[in-house]
Amino acid sequence: MAEGSIITDELKKLIGVSGEPITFKVEEGAIQRYAQAIGDPNPLFNDIENASKNKYGRLICPPGFTGWPIKGGISVFKLVDSLIKAGAPTRLLDGGVEFEFVEPIGAGDVLTTTTKIASITERETRMGKTMFTTVETTFVNQKGKVALNGRATFIQF
Amino acid sequence: MAKQLYYEDVDVGTEITPLAKIATSRMLVQWAGASGDFNPLHYEDDFAKAMGVGAPIVHGALKRAWLGHLMTDWIGEQGMLKKLSCQYRGMDYPRKMKTMEEPHDGETWWCKGKVTKKYEEGGEHLVECEIWVENGKGDKTTPGAALVALPSRGKK
Repeated sequence: MAEGSIITDELKKLIGVSGEPITFKVEEGAIQRYAQAIGDPNPLFNDIENASKNKYGRLICPPGFTGWPIKGGISVFKLVDSLIKAGAPTRLLDGGVEFEFVEPIGAGDVLTTTTKIASITERETRMGKTMFTTVETTFVNQKGKVALNGRATFIQF
Repeated sequence: MAKQLYYEDVDVGTEITPLAKIATSRMLVQWAGASGDFNPLHYEDDFAKAMGVGAPIVHGALKRAWLGHLMTDWIGEQGMLKKLSCQYRGMDYPRKMKTMEEPHDGETWWCKGKVTKKYEEGGEHLVECEIWVENGKGDKTTPGAALVALPSRGKK
């Protein structure tokens, strides 16, 4: 790169840092509203009345229900805020996500999620100097089992 | 839902049953509420312009959820989605609403995919797929991949 790095020393210090764990309960109504927002009528995600008779015995979450990559988004924005305070560019886009589904997630589950900043890199793109931050999130269920692993990349320029 | 898909029904190159979607400004509001993503990038013109995307764009995570819908419809109740990934490569702009329920004419998006590999491992019948969302012009704005386990006719 011709000029200096956009990854400041403050940003370098954030690599490897984990956010506070967040615990939330998966609610039936939230699953149903999520499926409706996608336009997915699958009974596994919508039919509360007959959920006890399905393969899982309860209403199941559509893939990705747990969020981008954290439920509610609020924590993501906190994370982004901490990056910006540490000198990151303020224009932000979602770069993409990878999910590994380990255990089914459904109504009544209590999930605890922890997100870590896995890496911060930079390269020249058509937007100019661009920073790529990868975060890794693990969701552990009430039985202490890992239910889901997520990896997301956001792009700042 | 369609009838159950089995491992024996698919081969490398088999197409996933395509799924049509129409993004509307109304859908983006509904998605914001259901997903908890209240980034003004998806509903405020000036903010979207300042972010360099011109106008409010479809949430990447909504397109990801469409791809999830594509896969869970295809694999049926006995199939298991094990991995799903996608990248947000191109911006998509929702149709505006004409009435409270009906959008203006415009773009229709298609979720599509095809089988790239099938194999047995650890007692599971696994199928890898290339998947994507394409816009009205046929551009793949959201390419991705999925790994699923399907039931086998040979094994109950």
